[in-house]
Amino acid sequence: MSAAPALAVEDLCVEFRTRSGVVKVLDQVGFSIAKGETVALVGESGSGKSVTAFAVMGILDAAGRVTSGTAMFGGSDLLALPERELAELRGRELSMIFQNPRTALNPIRRVGEQIADVLVRHGGATRAKAPALAIEMLKKVRIPDPERRAKAYPFELSGGMCQRVMIAIAIACRPSLLIADEPTTGLDVTTQAVIMDLIAELAREIGTATLFITHDLTLAAEYCDRIIVMHAGHVVESAPSATLFSAARHPYSARLLAATPGESGALASLASIPGSLPDLRRADLPSCRYSERCERRLDACAEPLPRTAVGEAHIVACRNPL
Amino acid sequence: MSVPLLDIAELRKHFEVGAKRGAWRRFRDRLSGKDAPTPKLHAVDDVSLTIGRGETVGLVGESGCGKSTLVRLINRLLDPTDGVIRLGATELSLFRARDFAANENRARIQMVFQDAGDSLNPRYTAFDAIADPLRRLKRVGGDALVARVDALADMTGLPRELLSRFPHQLSGGQKARVGIARAIAVEPELLILDEPTAALDVSVQVVILQLLEDLKARLGMSYLFVSHDLNVVRLLCDRVLVMYLGKIVEAGPAAEVFARPLHPYTRALISAIPQADPARRAGRLRLSGEPRSPIDPDPHVCRFHGRCPIGTTVCAQSAPALRRMTPSRDVACHFADTAVTLNTVQDSSPAKNGSGEP
Repeated sequence: MSAAPALAVEDLCVEFRTRSGVVKVLDQVGFSIAKGETVALVGESGSGKSVTAFAVMGILDAAGRVTSGTAMFGGSDLLALPERELAELRGRELSMIFQNPRTALNPIRRVGEQIADVLVRHGGATRAKAPALAIEMLKKVRIPDPERRAKAYPFELSGGMCQRVMIAIAIACRPSLLIADEPTTGLDVTTQAVIMDLIAELAREIGTATLFITHDLTLAAEYCDRIIVMHAGHVVESAPSATLFSAARHPYSARLLAATPGESGALASLASIPGSLPDLRRADLPSCRYSERCERRLDACAEPLPRTAVGEAHIVACRNPL
Repeated sequence: MSVPLLDIAELRKHFEVGAKRGAWRRFRDRLSGKDAPTPKLHAVDDVSLTIGRGETVGLVGESGCGKSTLVRLINRLLDPTDGVIRLGATELSLFRARDFAANENRARIQMVFQDAGDSLNPRYTAFDAIADPLRRLKRVGGDALVARVDALADMTGLPRELLSRFPHQLSGGQKARVGIARAIAVEPELLILDEPTAALDVSVQVVILQLLEDLKARLGMSYLFVSHDLNVVRLLCDRVLVMYLGKIVEAGPAAEVFARPLHPYTRALISAIPQADPARRAGRLRLSGEPRSPIDPDPHVCRFHGRCPIGTTVCAQSAPALRRMTPSRDVACHFADTAVTLNTVQDSSPAKNGSGEP
């Protein structure tokens, strides 16, 4: 990566206050995305994928708090920006596709109006011109009969169509960073393929850097240049997609790959991951949060987590990598 | 071939849609000559299938294709419009769905629901959830009940100390185990699994799938496995049925169907499976457009017409029937013969892979 990255997150730590104590959800998360690059964030549920995205977007739940870290985006630190300025960036420079399009869209406004709102608020369009531009956007995400569909309410559209509307809203102002949080969970495989193709194509067209959050490793491998594997709030490995599939170095990534059903192989050849995520409220969390599940644990694993470069753009946080 | 466990013939379920008209309104409409029949949504249309004893059959298709309706018909939660459902020697379609809960055959078909969290009663402990069908259907009580529930917990790998917990105190994998234990408690002959692992992480999914495989071998049940994760269907199923808009469009042994799909919709489904290996992404098929309306579909038009990459005018004039193409495979497509030959050509020259012209 020669040019300045579109987004550079460093040392991001996030805590949540709960009734049963402080949960250390993210610990020193760091990664960067180059302009035009598509990067996947993968991991089991509870590994902190969505929280990372929410922290970058500045839309963490009120109980959550960023305790340290920076997220450099176009010369400014998103984590330090006042809410007013951040609100200006969101929708125009930064945008997000949410997991469940039906709940993310406003149920009592027509979808065309919802797209027009973004264009007026962030895209500098006038109220008079916005409806026509909204129809343009619907055309762009290949919704058939866009003039009629612009007047539809979300409940009148299928899940795939709603997700297209979400995408139209997200890319309406040609953002420089697009975060897609499990954009195809709950959609059919055929629809998933079409939606993923669409996101990839539009991102390429407008040169957007994309952060794609998923738990589906194969999907990540197909659409992303690089994959970042998270476990219990740590980035454990980051590698180009092909490298991760052929030569994963972190024991957790390897286990995750071994549990993913693929093209060939029998059920017996798949192996689960022993143990479960550690309780992140514990005061005595080990420095490597995977160490209690790990079969390659050494005494040295108690020391602070290393970040070793083991190849071209391939970083692993393990004292005893494969 | 021996007598199949489940035999379904020409099963139909049509739902009336649109505003309900009262008797007076219908009479008035008939007098004024406006007596249009109520539009009907053809959710399941002329479906015939069999499931053998000890067989695992996968049912795949996109949402809205009628999978769930078919499952609810088989499970006798819905009354069919027309058709026959036979389980062994018993004709289940003769019983009404509303009385079926009290029927002696209720225990023979059980179901594992999609979301283990939502399908467990939040006010029942794991013990009560598993014991409920035993109390109701097998009249088990007292020490025998406790012993049976303990045995079921052991069988499904649920630690006994968790039996006193409520669903919200259990993890996703544990809830899935409770759902399975509850379903197998009454020793069903047919177990319907509706996306049992859709909400689980891959590492937990593997354990649950292996548990299901193991239980099937031990208890000799048949499975009807509904899923849209084709990689999972491939792992678990002997035979696969592909459904599109209320009809079965392709049926056959899972390995063969995945290796050589004959229906263009099946090809699109398989093309949509994400591929980590870029070399295998060539020649994939993407569907454009939306499915046709399932409300009063034209019986002379193929249901897939309009979205089909190889459809011609023939497809708009006559709907293809499910035909036997090879001894083990059925396909409902006018061009299935070409697909058979095309596949043989492809096998001999892999370079031509994916050229989809008829």
